[in-house]
Amino acid sequence: MTDGLVLVHLYPREMNIYGDTGNVLVLRRRLEWRGLAVTVVPVSIGDDLPTDADILLGGGGQDAAQGDIGHDFVGKGATLRAMADDGVVMLAICGSYQLLGHEFLTKDGDHIAGVGVLDVVTRGSDTRLIGNNRVDTEWGRLLGFENHSGLTELGGAASPLGRTAIGCGNNGSDQTEGAQRHNVFGTYLHGPVLAKSPGFADELIHRAFARKAKTVDLEPLDDTLALAAAEVAAGRPR
Amino acid sequence: MDLLAIWLGKLTLVALRVVGRRATALPGLVVEKAFPGFLTRRLTRLAQGVVVVSGTNGKTTTTKMVATILGQRYRVLTNDTGGNFVRGTITAVLEDCSWRGRSTADVAVFELDEAHAVRFCQVYPPQRLLLLNVLRDQLDRFGEIDTTAHILSKVARATTGHVVLNRDDPRLVQIAERLSGGVSLDGSDGGVSGEGSDGGLSGASPGPVVSYFGVAHELRAQFPTDEELYGGAVGYSDLPTTAELLSVHLALTTEMKLRIAQTVEDISLRAEGAHNAQNAAAAAALALTFGLDADTIAGGLRSVEPAFGRGQSFDVSGRRIVLQLVKNPAGFRLSLRTIDGLSPAAIVIAINDDYADGRDMSWLWDVDFAPVSRDEAAWLVTSGTRAADMALRLHYDGIAANLVERDLAAAVTHASLHVKAGDTVVVFSTYTAMWELHQVLEKLSTRPAPNSRAAT
Repeated sequence: MTDGLVLVHLYPREMNIYGDTGNVLVLRRRLEWRGLAVTVVPVSIGDDLPTDADILLGGGGQDAAQGDIGHDFVGKGATLRAMADDGVVMLAICGSYQLLGHEFLTKDGDHIAGVGVLDVVTRGSDTRLIGNNRVDTEWGRLLGFENHSGLTELGGAASPLGRTAIGCGNNGSDQTEGAQRHNVFGTYLHGPVLAKSPGFADELIHRAFARKAKTVDLEPLDDTLALAAAEVAAGRPR
Repeated sequence: MDLLAIWLGKLTLVALRVVGRRATALPGLVVEKAFPGFLTRRLTRLAQGVVVVSGTNGKTTTTKMVATILGQRYRVLTNDTGGNFVRGTITAVLEDCSWRGRSTADVAVFELDEAHAVRFCQVYPPQRLLLLNVLRDQLDRFGEIDTTAHILSKVARATTGHVVLNRDDPRLVQIAERLSGGVSLDGSDGGVSGEGSDGGLSGASPGPVVSYFGVAHELRAQFPTDEELYGGAVGYSDLPTTAELLSVHLALTTEMKLRIAQTVEDISLRAEGAHNAQNAAAAAALALTFGLDADTIAGGLRSVEPAFGRGQSFDVSGRRIVLQLVKNPAGFRLSLRTIDGLSPAAIVIAINDDYADGRDMSWLWDVDFAPVSRDEAAWLVTSGTRAADMALRLHYDGIAANLVERDLAAAVTHASLHVKAGDTVVVFSTYTAMWELHQVLEKLSTRPAPNSRAAT
């Protein structure tokens, strides 16, 4: 693929119950609508990561599924770290976000290793943080829905994606939400987050082309519906 | 003491009706608080005990099917208006008995929400339980699917007589592995099959007997689990069923072949959709545990009216408006398939996000809207609080909504004015939107369509 992008969808069968598959659809369509080529490559347990990946997308799943993929994910750790260093764009939601960190410490005291792409650590808790969330970032306001019991703390090498306006965010105490390092983004926002945040979606596309030293003018799309839906969502109770 | 409870509850019922309010919960809630032992005492008097129906999708319709089948032989008490919390069952008991506390009911058939089924078992362990499926739904309430399965497993273990399960749902089959009463091959079992037994209350029982309903392997792919929606291999179960859906054809009615015990019955269902054919198999398997024969069961199923908002139709100036409740990805996908049979001239999709609907809109992205795009002739409206979210979702499937109208009454009125007399409009609606739409459609409808006398 010379003039388009390769999107990798991580664990589509295992990590899919919160609608995050929609992020793949949003990016794919926004490329297609502009006449840019796009290939979506699903990567499941046992599959190799494609070497020409431009954007990696991962979603949330059941706690049990997270256990199932954990081993495989850690096995891909060295490749994922190399890709992150190489500037591959990644967007990881919820469970996938947690696994991109150093580790997940469960309520029962088990350590589930992550891959350490993001400098974050997550601890299981007894309460589940559930509700509509609005997050202010440098790419505008992101609208989504959080539903997690893991509490995530950021280390020095990660910066928050943004600050929560009404939700609990990473841990319910410091108002941060998500984490970022270069082109790697992690967040608890389902929704799917890119649907009602077209500016952030285009930012990811832009970064993927920039990394390939391609100057691609992203034609503006008609985002009337996305903005209308975002405005309604921003006015809904938590 | 029960008389006091009954008067308190009935007076609350009357008061609510006088002011024109829906009274499914409050009378029960009042009595539940004031007289905590009331429900247990009343239910213990039922000669044929209590049936609980639970699961993610199909509870209301299946409860109605079970109640209709059993109604041919027994006097049935049921909460068929959708009040599926414990208080809803108390309201049903209050409605059933006279002001002097008399009731002629033999058996209760209760639809219970998954979380409330557990609470109900603490008040009264049912003799029979029918579990339909465990699917992704209301994750903002339950957290995740496995939590819901765990809750239902508790309900199954509390059941004293007979548990009927969907063999095609792996999470439910896992529940059976923890029950020790054995598997029934014909639906009957010595302990609870009815006449002369104590309904499994003796306490000496080794745990509930299990029987299964299911769909034929050829149909299995039409009823995917959440895992199968995303390319997971379709799981085929060979567990023995007492009732099995053999074929289903969707037209104006739902034509199905259903094996009940050893007999194959042709049944024409008035409730729309393949999912209702699956529900009919579930209801038949449950009815077999009462020792009813296949002909009686099939006769009952043929006479079932669609439940409130579940494939109900209305006649608005000669246009047929069909109301379909949608609340989660699996149910929405099955409901969308009714488009093929109905060939609607207009489609309305109404999405609210109140607590009872689920606040999270993510689930819309796990529905494949291809059936809508195939029907290019249909005029398409999105409505409800999240009308814009729904239009956005369709936009990303390459489908343009013709109208985004947040107001439900306006949306349905526009749609029915847009089509010709004789045309069909299908309205897909979430739970709270459905209550409002139902009222709107009752007002608009000049006369009920042949199959719309259901509920309320």
